Amino acid sequence: MLDDFFSRALIAGVGLALITGPLGCFVVWRRMAYFGATMAHSALLGAALALFLRIEPMSGVFLVATLVAGALMLLERIGGLSSDTLLGILAHAALAIGLVAVAAMPWVRVDLMGFLFGDILAVSRTDIAIIFASGVVILGLLAWSWRSLLAATVNEELARAEGLGPTRARVLFMLLLATVIAIAMKLVGILLITALLIIPAATARRLAGGPEAMAVVASLVGAVAVVLGLGGSLTLDTPSGPSIVMAAFLLFLASLLPMAWRRGSAPPDAGS
Amino acid sequence: MLRTRSQSRSISTAGPATSLVEAHGLGVHRDGRWLVRDIDLTVNRGEIVTLIGPNGSGKSTTAKAIIGVIKPDVGSIRRASGLRIGYVPQALSIDRTLPLTVHRLLTLTARHDRTAVEGALEAVGVPHLRRVPVHDLSGGEFQRALLARALLRAPDLLVLDEPVQGVDFPGELALYGLIQDIRDRHGCGVLLISHDLHVVMAATDTVICLNGSVSCRGSPQAVVADPAYASLFGAAAAETLAVYRHRHGGGPAGHAHDHDHDHDHDHHRDP
Repeated sequence: MLDDFFSRALIAGVGLALITGPLGCFVVWRRMAYFGATMAHSALLGAALALFLRIEPMSGVFLVATLVAGALMLLERIGGLSSDTLLGILAHAALAIGLVAVAAMPWVRVDLMGFLFGDILAVSRTDIAIIFASGVVILGLLAWSWRSLLAATVNEELARAEGLGPTRARVLFMLLLATVIAIAMKLVGILLITALLIIPAATARRLAGGPEAMAVVASLVGAVAVVLGLGGSLTLDTPSGPSIVMAAFLLFLASLLPMAWRRGSAPPDAGS
Repeated sequence: MLRTRSQSRSISTAGPATSLVEAHGLGVHRDGRWLVRDIDLTVNRGEIVTLIGPNGSGKSTTAKAIIGVIKPDVGSIRRASGLRIGYVPQALSIDRTLPLTVHRLLTLTARHDRTAVEGALEAVGVPHLRRVPVHDLSGGEFQRALLARALLRAPDLLVLDEPVQGVDFPGELALYGLIQDIRDRHGCGVLLISHDLHVVMAATDTVICLNGSVSCRGSPQAVVADPAYASLFGAAAAETLAVYRHRHGGGPAGHAHDHDHDHDHDHHRDP
């Protein structure tokens, strides 16, 4: 029953979910959901740039996502605009420029739907190798900078006062995020990457009592969502990327149930 | 209990030799204006220095410059060599999406074993809260947990930015009593930020009134009597405070004010 392309998709998807889990926790804790979405939106521009320069699409995506993150940090520091306005401007400007750039290169045939929603069923062995190799690096760096990143998430000044280098940790986090977006684009597409970062993390919040546990649970939730989503997409013949996100969403809804049952009138979770 | 390097040292030998931090002519310039300017400030071992002033008077800015979180644009800061700082930032709030027990909060920036964490919580009077999620704490309990976190560093200098925020009045008194108690036991210096002189009076050796620059300084009694204090907070506030002081016999915590330190020498009004 498991065709070869299907097991490749399964392995790639689970690998990606293991990476997005802990990273997504920081996106949620730092209230950077929209920030991640903005970086993801810039991925199409990155892909267009890569096509133009004839380089590997992933490097182009990583480059542009990093530039956008840098531009945001810079604009926030000098600008008079609130950061959610800046994010809105950059996200849609980057997406629009990407679409125009792709259209302006008639000599390359681009599967736009593939970029937007991904095509996890088309992953190759090389893709899997890239996902797992970069996954090891990403998770290793995350573990290495965990304490300073977590301290800076709680309070930047506290981290600085106690010598934990919050700025360095934040820059590293941006780079890791850009890397994950670059490798996730092919699998779930730029419009669904944010979902894979945020939904498993939000689901894990209900199930974990500490930050480390939440990161692990988020990875597991993401992996389960990939398995369920791909399975569903195979049986029901639905698009794979959206099916995975839907599975993650169903898991999230399920995670709300025990809470509602246990606490009755629990206060609404303020940490959107 | 808590290991404190300063424990072995004498508390009462206040003077330039035991100053933990000394700032001279401190100024921080941001966005085309001076947030604070011409700040001279010294905290000695075993001394509690309170910065008071209205909102936007630069209290937090001064404290952050003192501990090195922000870089002053002018002036000099001399910190005692190997100075360890315990910091409780202002209005620290932890996002509800981040699950954190009190234990994990106390081990946020450095590894500590369970005994040390329990000792620190014991020292601030909340030993039973170690496994409780921080979001379930009351305002006073949370501030105590933050204080315990700062104490775990065995600090020479405690810097507390509005440590009673979100705490009810009896809780405020208890917290200031606790801060004084910590100072007495560990002999550390304390730099305290408050917008309200009423409740900190008893727990303070030196008060510095801030309004962009130092407008008056001295012992709490001297500052209350200072015209600069009245003009900064309004005559009504000064009078209320005077009345309050009479009623409560020198301060809410019932402590007398005659500490060993003699602050008269540095009681002056800056021009």
